[in-house]
Amino acid sequence: METCTLVSMSILLSVLVRWGVSLNSYSGAGKPPMFGDYEAQRHWQEVTYNLPIQEWYFNTTENDLNYWGLDYPPLTAFHSLLCAHVAKLINPEWVELLGSRGYESPAHKLFMRATVLAADLLVYIPAVVLYCCYLTNGSTNKKVGTLLCILLYPGLILIDYGHFQYNGLSLGLALWGVLGLGLGWDTLGSLAFSLALNYKQMELYHALPFFCYLLGKCARQGLTGRGLFSLVKIAVTVLVTFALCWLPFLSDPEQALQVLRRIFPVARGLFEDKVANAWCSLNVMIKIRSILSSDSQFYLSFVVTLLAIAPSSLKLLKTPTFWQFKLALVNSSLAFFLFSYQVHEKSILLPALPVCLLLNDLPLVAILFLQVSTFSMLPLLLKDSLLMPYAVTSLAFLVFSTHLLSALERCTEAQLRLDGYRKLTAWLPACLPRLDLARIIRWKFYISVVMMVCLSVASVVLLPPVGLPDLFPVLVSAFSFLHFLGTFVYFNIVQLSMPQGKQKTK
Amino acid sequence: MAAPVECSRWFPALALGVSLLKCLFINAYHSTDFEVHRNWLAITHSLPVSRWYYENTSEWTLDYPPLFAWFEYGLSQAAVHFDRDMLVVGNLNHASPATVLFQRLSVIFADLVFIYAVKECCGTVREEKGAKELLRRPCFVLAVLLLWNFGLLIVDHIHFQYNGFLFGFLLLSVARHLQSRHLEGALLFSIVLNLKHINLYVAPAYGIYLLRCFCFTQDNTDGSLRWRSFSPFRLLSLGAIVLSVTAASFGPFIAMGQLPQVLSRLFPFKRGLCHAYWAPNIWALYNVLDKALSMLGVRLGVLDVDSLPKASMTGGLVQEFQHAVLPSVSPSMALLCTLLSMLPALWRVWLRPCGGRGFLRCLVLCALGSFMFSWHVHEKAILMAVLPLSVLAVESREDAGIFLVLATTGHYSLFPLLFTPAEFPIKVLLMLLFTLYSFTALRKLFSSEGSLLHPLEALYLLGLVAVEILCEVVFPLSPWQRTLPFIPLLVTSVYCALGVSYSFVRLYISHLTQEVTEKPKRL
Repeated sequence: METCTLVSMSILLSVLVRWGVSLNSYSGAGKPPMFGDYEAQRHWQEVTYNLPIQEWYFNTTENDLNYWGLDYPPLTAFHSLLCAHVAKLINPEWVELLGSRGYESPAHKLFMRATVLAADLLVYIPAVVLYCCYLTNGSTNKKVGTLLCILLYPGLILIDYGHFQYNGLSLGLALWGVLGLGLGWDTLGSLAFSLALNYKQMELYHALPFFCYLLGKCARQGLTGRGLFSLVKIAVTVLVTFALCWLPFLSDPEQALQVLRRIFPVARGLFEDKVANAWCSLNVMIKIRSILSSDSQFYLSFVVTLLAIAPSSLKLLKTPTFWQFKLALVNSSLAFFLFSYQVHEKSILLPALPVCLLLNDLPLVAILFLQVSTFSMLPLLLKDSLLMPYAVTSLAFLVFSTHLLSALERCTEAQLRLDGYRKLTAWLPACLPRLDLARIIRWKFYISVVMMVCLSVASVVLLPPVGLPDLFPVLVSAFSFLHFLGTFVYFNIVQLSMPQGKQKTK
Repeated sequence: MAAPVECSRWFPALALGVSLLKCLFINAYHSTDFEVHRNWLAITHSLPVSRWYYENTSEWTLDYPPLFAWFEYGLSQAAVHFDRDMLVVGNLNHASPATVLFQRLSVIFADLVFIYAVKECCGTVREEKGAKELLRRPCFVLAVLLLWNFGLLIVDHIHFQYNGFLFGFLLLSVARHLQSRHLEGALLFSIVLNLKHINLYVAPAYGIYLLRCFCFTQDNTDGSLRWRSFSPFRLLSLGAIVLSVTAASFGPFIAMGQLPQVLSRLFPFKRGLCHAYWAPNIWALYNVLDKALSMLGVRLGVLDVDSLPKASMTGGLVQEFQHAVLPSVSPSMALLCTLLSMLPALWRVWLRPCGGRGFLRCLVLCALGSFMFSWHVHEKAILMAVLPLSVLAVESREDAGIFLVLATTGHYSLFPLLFTPAEFPIKVLLMLLFTLYSFTALRKLFSSEGSLLHPLEALYLLGLVAVEILCEVVFPLSPWQRTLPFIPLLVTSVYCALGVSYSFVRLYISHLTQEVTEKPKRL
């Protein structure tokens, strides 16, 4: 069948699934006084539409920052403003200043869901399609299979269309950046990525690989000649993009500082709720937050994060290939997720995006990671009563991705990029056992899937013991943390052990 | 015929995929049919059998045959564990989350019958030798066309009904006939007949075919009937099967002397010629012709406005449609038309059966004929023709072309069933998905035999896009929305009626002129 038809059918199917999920509940539905992220997004529309731009990030009588104050960079605010204008056309009540707080109606839900879909259709989905068509290897069917799997990744669908956020927009812009770099249009790529950074500050998780890749590439061209020229071109693009996004706030330094204070709320503490990262997992044994002062917590996490991203970034700087870049994106964003300050459980979507891009190259590991990343958000999804869509999309993703990408067949040691281990064992004394890594990884896959199913069922069905009300969320996050850590180590090994001669250019 | 062995890899994936998709629609809009089935659960669970067909607390009285009532009784045993309140007859319009979950899941699980039937149907598809790419194999295409059928998905899993389960039995009985396991086929058909009496539409095809090809064991060399080969034993065994199933279903009610009451519930002739949303059949065209003539008459001064009946076509609010110019149609007239429309097809099967495929084509024609001419037809009944036709479509180019026209128009005519804004994207996306697939897959399947559609047919089908945009985008914004709200329904059903009638005629011609390809039966 023609590629075109297959691609359009994949898109149609993924949009169908997205809309099917969006029929379900959203975060904070019918839960006054604070509601949830859905109300936050609606509130931002109200604020940006009714207040002058100078008051958006300030606490005033009409803008109570304690009630979902704007804490994303300017581009998010502009996007809200755009949505608000459309909302005003349909029903002015939706964005009425103060009067619209906690507004909920089926029509409004439909509108909000439609804005998410519109953003996805314009930014995220085209980027995925282009990536699969131009930057993956293999036959047409393989490409379409990868496309379908990336589009059906449950984590993103559930958070955007269930819980309610616009991650498709920031991740989509970042993906356009990746696409630009992959196709050799470095300026356009850095433009797209700057926009992503200006949409969500969490995109900083991806920033270092972009920086290292571009710098490394320019250095390779010679920092005195052509390389310098491209470097200047990229720098100017980034600066101009930032300046344009921040233009309204640049007139007064206090404005810009206030925006920065809102975007990076250092005072909020090392972590909140149950996150599958190092600090929260460590907290089960050592109560870090009571031992260390808030400042030292910040420095500790800063140093550890820096140490964790250093190897992959340096390697990328030395060998700026696209393959290295993709791996570095995973390693950097995972390092940030695991060790940085103030991480949310939804931030796992940031490492998930580059892992999606590796679905075709390292299917088994990628599928397991994506599955665990969705699973790590289970407590959140249960709170939003999204159990059914969670179960359906996860199961579908598990079955179809392993099927379409033939993940279980494609996992010899060479295909897992672990040939380094063979060489290593050749040096070791013969008495040490030589492990069959491929088999271990396959069994780890089966066991993890079974454990995820068991834990999911247990969190839904069983009541936690009286003394331990958070038992299941803690188990979920600890289990996910171990997986993320394992994946982090694995991808670092793959990136660092990549022999010089066998790099893939694409 | 080696398909079942190779199916094992992709078939479960297809079935699982569509089942998961169905689960996503659990929270979608559901029509009053949801309450209908909840009410039936309550009736069968909490009342004695003797009260089932007399109970009328709800306006949605039990009007399916007894076997279906027993099916609801079986479901109600599981429903107890979800929400007891749904089983109280007086709890009208009870739709707690647990009730919704249970009812939706019951449809999804009942569809297992359908999935099994599709697997059996795929096994009967004739395939050319030589391994081809999976996406170009007829049995794969057929599995997708049936499992992912647009109509079934929206009618069962959004609108809410148990058609998948019922068509499962019908398709399974068709598959058994194609496999020459006639007694099983007859058993399955009598079961489905006792589950939903709408299957009476296709009963003539079964009757004639079984009599001709099963009760007569041999043909003459030219394929005509050999009268002396009649086997009374086979006739008796068929009769025994049909009668015993019917007795099991209706027996208790006959014993209680309730048969007239049951029958009056099953055949409510008090309802009008056309259902609320006009099905795209002959009567839709007839009504519109009448309306047009009366308007013309008034304009020319031939008719007096005051003498015309007052009924306006307000899209279903008026049950009885009174014709102004053309003669009104009575139920018996409609029945006569239906029978007449079936006769030539049946006669042809009697003369030259052409094996299982001839029977299947006759079955589709009976279903279509009754869809075209019957009294109070639901638009959903088109599925009874579309689904069996899928089996034929993957085997011959001619049928594939007819299938594309019929399925596309038939499916589009289901659009008014889902009128809520939230479900609008779902129906459009699903329709695009299914149509895109059926066009590409069938075209690929017969790529060596030229194009499937005449340019005019393609133009007509493209017109559906225009109709959709006019009806659901332009019209709601226009001033007529208030004064003439029935226009979109009218346009939809009239436009689709043209396509359905065209497919009916074309299928009829191909059935009557078909060459005898199969060898006469010799035993």
